[in-house]
Amino acid sequence: MDDSRRSFLKKAGLSALGIGAGFPLLRASVRALQDESEQAAPLSKQWAMVIDIHKCLQPEVIKTCIEACHREHNVPDIEDPRKDIEWIRTESFEKVFADQTHPHTQESIKQLPVMILCNHCASPSCVRVCPTKATWKREQDGIVMMDMHRCIGCRYCIAACPYGARSFNWQDPRPFIQEIRPEYPTRTKGVVEKCTFCFERIAKGMVPACVEACQKLPQGAGALTFGDLADANSEVVKILREKYTIRRRPGLGTAPNVFYVI
Amino acid sequence: MLDKAFSGGKNYWGLVVFWFAIILAGMWAYAIQLSEGLIVTGLSRDVPWGFYISQFTFLVGVAASAVMVVLPYYLHHYKAFGRMVILGEFLAVSAVLMCMLFIFVDMGQPMRVLNVVLHPTLNSVMFWDMTVLFGYLILNLVIGWMTFDAERKGGEPPKWIKPLIYLSIPWAVSIHTVTAFLYSGLEARSFWMTAILAPRFLASAFASGPSLLIILALILRKFTTFDVGSEAIQKLAVIVTYAIAINVFFVAVELFTGLYSNIPHHLQHFEYLFLGLHGKGALVPWIWTSQTLIALALVLMLFPGIRKNEVLLAIICPAIIIGIWIEKGMGLIVTGFIPSPLESITEYAPTGIELTIALGVYAIGFLVLTVLYRIVVNVREGLNPS
Repeated sequence: MDDSRRSFLKKAGLSALGIGAGFPLLRASVRALQDESEQAAPLSKQWAMVIDIHKCLQPEVIKTCIEACHREHNVPDIEDPRKDIEWIRTESFEKVFADQTHPHTQESIKQLPVMILCNHCASPSCVRVCPTKATWKREQDGIVMMDMHRCIGCRYCIAACPYGARSFNWQDPRPFIQEIRPEYPTRTKGVVEKCTFCFERIAKGMVPACVEACQKLPQGAGALTFGDLADANSEVVKILREKYTIRRRPGLGTAPNVFYVI
Repeated sequence: MLDKAFSGGKNYWGLVVFWFAIILAGMWAYAIQLSEGLIVTGLSRDVPWGFYISQFTFLVGVAASAVMVVLPYYLHHYKAFGRMVILGEFLAVSAVLMCMLFIFVDMGQPMRVLNVVLHPTLNSVMFWDMTVLFGYLILNLVIGWMTFDAERKGGEPPKWIKPLIYLSIPWAVSIHTVTAFLYSGLEARSFWMTAILAPRFLASAFASGPSLLIILALILRKFTTFDVGSEAIQKLAVIVTYAIAINVFFVAVELFTGLYSNIPHHLQHFEYLFLGLHGKGALVPWIWTSQTLIALALVLMLFPGIRKNEVLLAIICPAIIIGIWIEKGMGLIVTGFIPSPLESITEYAPTGIELTIALGVYAIGFLVLTVLYRIVVNVREGLNPS
């Protein structure tokens, strides 16, 4: 073996070692970070929602829920579906649960409207990818939070979310807000936003706006149920024990905290 | 050494003015985007990344490909790359600069971009990508500058530069690997979630980057006294041939896994890209153009007779660059979003403003490249007056 080749092999070996040593380090640091936030023992509290698909079929229930949320949080009303902002919306059953439908599924079932919102996953992809911690999983209650003042608008979280739960402010949203509610901040252009399980209402001991709005409707009773998954006596845990419920795209390992009664 | 940038002929100054004109147009378009928001782009809820991120992905490859001249020259002491190596390093500098600018113009809140540094997030691949790209920029700038300056003075570069050169080799591999990890770690996007993505990025990088280097070397030879030598160009052509063949193989491997397994989540994206889905197929003509160019280029490059003809090489190399530019740019990024996780098919096309901004970024990169290469040429002419 000539000298140059030997020295090349030596150098190449050293480089490979460098990379090889880097990965365990990287993994350890990632794990350490995750242990701090969400991967450790189950949170002492984890807010969750159960959506009863059959009780959420009436257009009035759907409309009331969505409007309550969007009014509460100054969500703009933008016509173009390509550029709009949605914290909670409906999509057809076949789109939300593509893995649960097949070519022979009844057409009426395929077309059922299903309410979708942020799943506040136990292992959220968006939190994993955010380069600024502008979105994070809150330790005390498992809400996936969003800091619109820190967000740089890179949209990595939108690329990472398997549920299409996040919206980006392609433009200044303020001119599109019907009536600005001064109690809640409006957003600027260029940031991502999404449902936060109404953390500001929960702090006051209230339930999320969508849940409250549909509870008020006679036909909306039990359509949306909100509660603590870690509390064995909570309403959500009771429903999950008694009824058959599913989550969106369970195979991805994100572990959503929004459940559907079908 | 910078003073060398200020002496040049009519061609040089004409080129500089030309780049500045495009940069001005780009800045004008960016001013509009800055005040209106990213609404001026063709991006949408379903396709949140488009032309900018595609350019970024392609250019990381161009930057990484400098290693294809650095490695033979410094590790194998391949002397024929003696005059080529500085061109590769300075091309890397200009390409990384463009990468960073493409990320910057894609930001919704560019003023806050330093948040990435202020709140370092080790679990975000984007944080790592920024770190390795910045490191690579510094490495190439320092290495290129120090070695070239030493050569100008007729001495040896400082000793501490050697470890940096060796470090730059795995570092070049890392920038494109980490860039691939940006995409391949996303469980939401099955099109990208493949282990072959990083190797594929490297293969396509080592085909397109050296192709660009060949063209640049040929241009320099035609318009200046700077000649890297035919041997260097031929060696690069061989590297391009291997890399393009490996890239075709990797794409075929990827296609096989998708098509043979028949898993809809994987298949749909290929279907959209190559055939169109539910009557929508904006990328179909592009990808077939790309695949045809790459296939033709590969076949032609396999013949030494053709490869050794520099006129033909000057035609084949742009074909490779365009083919890869489509394949790993729009073909890869946009297709990853179509169909969306909710199975909707929202198509994407860049707007005029988006394209103007992108041209502006390219003009900045090529302006820097023009100036750096002018310095190289002037210094060389000073060393060997003809």
